[in-house]
Amino acid sequence: MSNTAIKVDNLGKLYRVGQIVSYSTLRESITDAMLAPFRRIRSDRKQQEHAIDASPSGRDTIWALKNVSFEIEHGNAVGIIGRNGAGKSTLLKILTRITTPTEGYAEIYGRVGSLLEVGTGFHSELTGRENIYLNGAVLGMKRREIDLKFDEIVEFSGVKMFIDTPLKRYSSGMQVRLAFAVSAYLEPDILVIDEVLAVGDNEFQKRCLGKMDEVTKGGRTVLFVSHNMAAVKAFCQRTILLEQGEIVMDGPTEEVIKYYLSSGLHNQAERKWDDMNNAPGGNVVRLHSVRAKNSEGKVISEFNIQEPIYVEMEYWVLEKGWDLTNSFYFYDESGLLLFVSRNNLDSNRQNREYPVGLYRSVCCVPGNFLNEGTIVITAAIATDARALHAIERDAISFHVFDPGSGGVRGDFTREWPGGVIRPLFEWNTEHIPS
Amino acid sequence: MGIKSGTTNTIKQDTEKADLPAVVIRPLRGWTPINLREIWNYRELLYFLTWRDLKVRYKQTLLGFAWAILQPFMMMIVFSLFFGNLLKVPSEGIPYPLFNYTALLPWTLFSQGINQSSNSLVNNVSLIQKIYCPRLIMPISGILTPVVDFAIAFIILIGLMFFYGYIPTVRILMVIPLVLLVMLTAAGVGLWLSAINVRYRDVRYTMPFIIQLWFFASPVVYASSILPERFQIIYGLNPMAGIIEGFRWAVVGTDPPGSLMIVSVLITIVIFISGLYYFRRMEKTFADVV
Repeated sequence: MSNTAIKVDNLGKLYRVGQIVSYSTLRESITDAMLAPFRRIRSDRKQQEHAIDASPSGRDTIWALKNVSFEIEHGNAVGIIGRNGAGKSTLLKILTRITTPTEGYAEIYGRVGSLLEVGTGFHSELTGRENIYLNGAVLGMKRREIDLKFDEIVEFSGVKMFIDTPLKRYSSGMQVRLAFAVSAYLEPDILVIDEVLAVGDNEFQKRCLGKMDEVTKGGRTVLFVSHNMAAVKAFCQRTILLEQGEIVMDGPTEEVIKYYLSSGLHNQAERKWDDMNNAPGGNVVRLHSVRAKNSEGKVISEFNIQEPIYVEMEYWVLEKGWDLTNSFYFYDESGLLLFVSRNNLDSNRQNREYPVGLYRSVCCVPGNFLNEGTIVITAAIATDARALHAIERDAISFHVFDPGSGGVRGDFTREWPGGVIRPLFEWNTEHIPS
Repeated sequence: MGIKSGTTNTIKQDTEKADLPAVVIRPLRGWTPINLREIWNYRELLYFLTWRDLKVRYKQTLLGFAWAILQPFMMMIVFSLFFGNLLKVPSEGIPYPLFNYTALLPWTLFSQGINQSSNSLVNNVSLIQKIYCPRLIMPISGILTPVVDFAIAFIILIGLMFFYGYIPTVRILMVIPLVLLVMLTAAGVGLWLSAINVRYRDVRYTMPFIIQLWFFASPVVYASSILPERFQIIYGLNPMAGIIEGFRWAVVGTDPPGSLMIVSVLITIVIFISGLYYFRRMEKTFADVV
């Protein structure tokens, strides 16, 4: 008996473009918290559809996954990284048997649990108590198992007072807590986590990482998809890098991440959603595109540290009467938030009414301001303190390079001492006569 | 987050590792046999899905489960007024309300069954996209919920029988296989329509029309005997024809539907097997298409 937990051999998944149709008329009446991951699946697919223009295989089909083989032993935590549309989510969906592969096969030894399914099957008309049973059954727990753990689940969820209240009266935070409480008591042999799907909801993301921490320490098998390199480094000894559906590298996490960050593979200076229904956002606003341009208006992913960077977002305003603020969050490659820029002071920003239509907001990051390295940008549109209309986390990324002379350096030629940014400040030196 | 994962459980898992079930994932092509054992393993989920639909159905209604009785009962009153009293549709010597209500019960079971099962996959999008389970349990759950309504409404039927002086005989036990037959027919149609519905949402909008048409093609407000003998076989192509006449025979003792019944049973089997085949063929694409 080998110690294999997951064995994947030559796995491939072919999507027919046009096979992927979405219907926005059907919405589960679960809150946005529950819907966020759902939307992301769609936009991820959309990505795959776009990748088609570049694929040589044909115009109406696309390999979301191709020739993927690996083996994972019990007790190992393995990270899966790659940029949007690289096939990470498709791989997880095959391993959790949500969708079937087109070719190859996989063997899985043990009960698989995924945080994809947190809160799945929740029905807003049912009470918390009823939903615990329903969700438990959906996750594959036996009724007796749930009976046994029921009190602990309720205790852990912290919604004891409302356990006989219909779910629709819960806040989204309470729903997430209840959902996580149920999944916490499911003890899978293999845990699959798609953190990418959890974006857009801090509570959800925080709990995903908490769950990761707990299970990796408990010595269980974990497959962890994330954009957060720091988290992958912290939890996984081994990492697989996917690009256009294929494994580019498979090895010790440190090496793979280093390669990934240096290869430019992760940089994608432009994201675009042509189909409004699949674009990030809701009834008020939807994103059309996010991109980084140089001063000539060209989309590039390598910027000289001395040149200004124009980060722009285009978006559809679908409902008028909202006071909108656009913001970009600038992160470094480890996930550290460098700064946030908002257009509150934009003089063209009509203060109350945005008529319905397509808009573009551009943020100019001056040259000689960022430090060298990879910059990852999250785009968001909100109405102050009232509503977050659209957010695309890790929407684009680009690399800032230092030519080694000029700019802030002046005539300093050795390695720059560090810092998260490298702004050009005015200095004044004078001799103080004694 | 301090999760109290049972230590005893983890130890058990370690010692049992050798027995961990191996799941093999491979491409599905064409016809794959139904894994009955697997469906059996998921019986609790089937139970909970059915239970959920029942719970949710009459939530926030004043009358609750009384609707299960009221719906067919009101229909019966309307039909008795129009078809029985005004149009004087012959009812084989049986009081029209009883004649009609006896047929309305299997009909309602059938129409609700196909309606719910054909929308079952589409209504469970989040489930399909996020977890694995034999997809078959969704349309099956759709035909199970109306059975509860049927059982409740059946009590009224017994009352009606006594009211009109019909004492149930042993024959009434034949209702059980007949109900199973209705469910099998509804399942066959539901399998077809639910799988089509995943790809083409048109099903949802054609559903009321299909049900209406099928209603008048079935002997609910009239008796199949009003059709000439030579058309009986063709009429049997509507599987509900034989089944509904079978119901009348079992409950109020009309003539047994011989050849009509045989044709209906055969058609039911054809619809069910072909539905199962189509469903299994389409199943692998559900998560990608829905």
